[in-house]
Amino acid sequence: MDPTAKYISQKISRTRWRPVPAGLLQQPEVFAAGSWDNESNRVSIWSLGDNDSDTDGEFDEEPRLLCDSEHDGDVMDLQALSLAHVWERAHRYSCDNAPCTAVVCRSPELVSVGEDGRVILYKADQTEVVRVIENADSSTIHAVTFLRTTEVLTVNSIGQLKMWDFRQQSDSPAQILSLTGDRVPLHCVDKHPNQQHIVATGGQDGMLCIWDVRQGNTPFSLIEAHSAEMWEVHFHPSNPNHLFTCSEDGSLLHWETTSGSDMSTLLQRGWNSRVVSHSGVPLAGEDDSVVSSWLAGDSSKNRLEATHMLPSQTLSVNSLDVLEQCLVCGTDGEAVYVHRQLPV
Amino acid sequence: MEEVDVEPSPMVIADLNSFIYRHLGFEWGPGDLLVYETNYKLSAGSPLVHVVRKDEDICSPILRKLFNESHLIFVGLQKIKEDVPSKNKKSQFVSISKNYRSVIRACMEELQQNADGSLASQYGDQVSILLAIELIWNLCEVLFIDAAPAGSLLLHLLDWVRLHKSDVDARAREVLQSESPAQHQSYWDVVISLVLQGRMDEARQVLSKQASLRAESSSVFKRMDVLLQTMPIFNPTGTQTLTEFDVKWRHWHEECDRCLQDNTFASNRHLETIVKILVGDEDTILEQKELLSTWYHFLVTRLLFTHPTIKPPDLHYYAQSSMNMFLGPRAPPEPLDIILLSAFEFDLHQVIKDCSIALNNWWFVAHLTDLLDHCKLLQSHNLHFGSNLREFLVLEYASGLFTHHSLWQLAVDYFDHCPEFGRVYLELQIERIPLDTERKAIKVLRICEDRQMSEQVRSICKIMAKRALRNNRLGSALSWSIRAKDAAFATLISERFLQDYCNKGSFTDLDLLDNLGPAMLLSDRLTFLGKYREFHRLYGENRFSEAAKLLLSLMTAKIAPRGLWMTLLTDALPLLEQKEVKTRTTHALHSHFTVVKKLDEDIESTKTELLRLALARNLAMAIVKEGTIET
Repeated sequence: MDPTAKYISQKISRTRWRPVPAGLLQQPEVFAAGSWDNESNRVSIWSLGDNDSDTDGEFDEEPRLLCDSEHDGDVMDLQALSLAHVWERAHRYSCDNAPCTAVVCRSPELVSVGEDGRVILYKADQTEVVRVIENADSSTIHAVTFLRTTEVLTVNSIGQLKMWDFRQQSDSPAQILSLTGDRVPLHCVDKHPNQQHIVATGGQDGMLCIWDVRQGNTPFSLIEAHSAEMWEVHFHPSNPNHLFTCSEDGSLLHWETTSGSDMSTLLQRGWNSRVVSHSGVPLAGEDDSVVSSWLAGDSSKNRLEATHMLPSQTLSVNSLDVLEQCLVCGTDGEAVYVHRQLPV
Repeated sequence: MEEVDVEPSPMVIADLNSFIYRHLGFEWGPGDLLVYETNYKLSAGSPLVHVVRKDEDICSPILRKLFNESHLIFVGLQKIKEDVPSKNKKSQFVSISKNYRSVIRACMEELQQNADGSLASQYGDQVSILLAIELIWNLCEVLFIDAAPAGSLLLHLLDWVRLHKSDVDARAREVLQSESPAQHQSYWDVVISLVLQGRMDEARQVLSKQASLRAESSSVFKRMDVLLQTMPIFNPTGTQTLTEFDVKWRHWHEECDRCLQDNTFASNRHLETIVKILVGDEDTILEQKELLSTWYHFLVTRLLFTHPTIKPPDLHYYAQSSMNMFLGPRAPPEPLDIILLSAFEFDLHQVIKDCSIALNNWWFVAHLTDLLDHCKLLQSHNLHFGSNLREFLVLEYASGLFTHHSLWQLAVDYFDHCPEFGRVYLELQIERIPLDTERKAIKVLRICEDRQMSEQVRSICKIMAKRALRNNRLGSALSWSIRAKDAAFATLISERFLQDYCNKGSFTDLDLLDNLGPAMLLSDRLTFLGKYREFHRLYGENRFSEAAKLLLSLMTAKIAPRGLWMTLLTDALPLLEQKEVKTRTTHALHSHFTVVKKLDEDIESTKTELLRLALARNLAMAIVKEGTIET
C-alpha cells in the first residue's frame, strides 16, 4: 500500500507521532511536524481522522491541520511532553546563540545537545537547568538518546559515540566508541527498545552501524544503507526486528531481520546491502535465545531485507517516526507521507 | 535584440509614499530591487532601504504546493528515456500534461476554498490567473501534444470547452431538481447550452421533461428528439473512416435543413432556434452570446455544426473570424484572447512569448516549454545569448526560485537539466545561500559534492571552519577542513592547538587529538600535533624509550616547527633522567640541541645549562650501561 502524501508548504525537519497510551492497542492518529528554512518556522499538529472500522477500508484521508504555532529559528527536534517551557540561550557560543541539534526526553527529564558541544540536562517542571556538561565535545554533537535513566549516548561529527553518566560528577564521558579508519560524522542514533546495549547509528556516508556498547570499540555490523547522509534511524518500538532509516538521497528504507532459510532478495535499484559482521563470537554468559538477531554473527543464518517505503525519488527525507503500524515522514519537497499499514 | 512590442506599463510600488526625499536610487538584485532614498546633500538621519519584489506568488503558501508538485513532475519527465517508441511516448507526454493540469486545478480549488477576509482579492486574482493558465495549457495539450487529427480534433476541442464552462452542469442540475422543470425560467437556456456544447443526450433528457407535459405538440418534440439522437459523432477508435463519417453527417445536416425549410418547428420558437443552431446558422449561434460567453466557445460550436471534420491547419481561419464576429468591431481583444488565437494558428513561439510578457512568474512558460521541447515541437531556435528557448526559460524560472529562502532546493534540479549553462548558474548561486546551521551546510555540501563542484565545497567548508574557529570549536573546525581536504586550514587549526598548549601547558580537546586517525596525514602540522600528543600519552604511560624515539623522529623528520624545538628539547629533559634512553638517542638529541642553540642565540641560559647537564649525565649513564656486561 502506498503512503499518502500531503504537501504542507514548508520544508519539514522533524515529524513525531503523539504517543499513544500503552496497552490500548490504538493506532496513532496525531503527529507533529516542524519546519525549517522558512522565514517564520512553525510547529504544526496534524490529525489523521478516524480509522475505518472494517479492515479493508481505504485509509486515504489526508492529514488535517489541527493547530500550529510560530517557532524562532529552524525546528531541529521534537519530543512529546506534557508541560511546556522555554529555556532561553541554553546553547550558546561566547558571542552568539548556538543551534541546538537534538533533544530527547524521558519524562520528566530532558537532555539537549548542540553545536556548541554542550550536553544539558533539564527537568520539565524547573526553570533552571539541572546540569550542564561544558565542553562535552570539541565538535558538534548531532544526536542523543537515553540508554538508561541516568545514562545518555551522544554522537558527534568526528564519528564518536560517547556515553555520559549523570550520576558521575566529572564532566568526562564514561566511554568513547568510534570506528577505526575514517572519521565519518554520525548524524543519528537509536537504542534497541528491549536491549539497552544495542545501538544503531547512521552517518554522513549513509552507513548503518549496529554497535554493542558493552563490548569493544568497533561496531558489530556495518551496512551500506544509503548513498548520502542518513538523517534518522529508528527501531520499531514494539517489534525490534524492524528498523527504519531515512536519508538525504530521498529514500526511506524498512529493514527487517529474518532468521530462517526463506531468503528473498531485497535488491531494489541495483545496489547491494552487505551484512558484514565482526567478531562472530557469542558473548560470554549469554543465552543463545537472548542474543539479538542484530548481533548474531553468522550471516548465513540471519539476513537483512530492505524495502523502499516511498513510491518514487523525492528530495531528502529529513525525518521519520514509527509507532505501532503507522509511519510518518517529512521531506524537503515539503511533503508529509503517512503510511498506515506497515508490515510489522 | 528585438524591440519590445508594447510599452512597459508603469508599476506602482505601494508603501513608498513615506519617502521624504525626492530622489530615489536603486540597484538590481537576483530577483528583486533595492530602492533607497537619497539626497545629494549630506544630512542627518538615515534613509531606509526597501526591498521590492516583483513576484509575490512565490511567497504564497498555497502556490508553494504548485511549485513542489510540479517539480516532482518535471524531474519525472526528464527521466523518460529516449529510446521508447514515439507512440508510447506521446501517451506518456499527454499523461504528464494532465498531471500538471491536475496540480493547477488542485491549487485553484484550495485557493477558492481559502479565499476569505483579507486574502479574498489576492486569492481571487491568483485563481483567475490559474484559470487562464489552465485554459491555455489544455488547449496546447489538445493542439500540440496530443496533436489530434481531423475528426478527433473537434471532439477534444469540445471537451476543452466543456471543462471550462462548468456552470452549465450546475444550472442543469438546478432545473432538473426543481418541481416542474419545464416551467423553470432557465429551462430553455439549459437546453440550448447543452446543444451548443454538443451534449445531445443530456439535452434530450432535459427536453423529455417538456414533452411529457404538452400532449398536442408531442410529435414536434419527438421530431426534435430524433434529430438530436441521430446526430453522428465521430468515433476515433471505431472502424468508421473520416469520409464515411462525413457522408453520414451531411445526410443528417440535410435532414435538419429540410426540417427548417418545412417549418416543422415553427410552432415553438425555442425549437426553431435549436434547429437553426443544428443547421449551423452563424447568426443564430451568435445570438446566443450570453450563453456562449466566450469567442472560443462560439468557434467550437460553429465548427461542430458546420465543419466537424475540421483539419488542424484550417483552424486558424475560423478562429480569427470567430473572434472578430464575437467580439465585434469595437472591443479590443484581451491578452488571453490573443494568446489563444496564436495557439489556434499553431504559432508556438508567439504563445510562449505572449505568456511570458503577460505573467509575472516564469513557472508556466518554463514548464510548458520544457514539455513541448520534449515532444520535439520547438525548433532549436538559438537565441542571441547562446542557449535555446527552453533552457533560457527554465534557467530564468530556477533563478527566481533560488532567491527564495526555502525553495532553492527545487531550483538545483532545474539547473541540473539545463545542459549548457545550468552548472555555471548553480556554481554562482549556491555559494550565496546563507548557512545558519550545520545541517543546512551539510545539505548544500552534499549538493556540491554530488556534482563535483570542488571549488564551492572548499569555499563553503572554509566558511564553516572559520566560523567554528571563531567560536572556539576546534573539533568542528578540524572536521570541516578534513571534509574539504584543506591542508592550509588544517595547519592553521593545528597552530591554534599548539599555541594553546604553549600558553596553558596542556592540550585541550583531548578526545579529538587522541582519535585523529588517518586524517592526521592531511597536513604536516596536523601530523606533528597528533604525534606530539601521542608522545605525551606515551610519557604518561611510562613508556619512555618509545616516547624518546618518537620525539627524536619528530625532530629528525623536520615536521616540528622551529619555534617549538626548544619546547621539545625541554620535554626531553625528564626523559633523559630515565634509565632507558640509549646512547644513540642521546647523541641525536645533542646534535639537535646544538642546532637549536646556534639558531636561537638568546635562549635562557638556565635552560641550556640544564639541558647540557642532562644530556651529559644521560650519555654517561648510557655508556656505562652499554659497556657493562651482564654476568
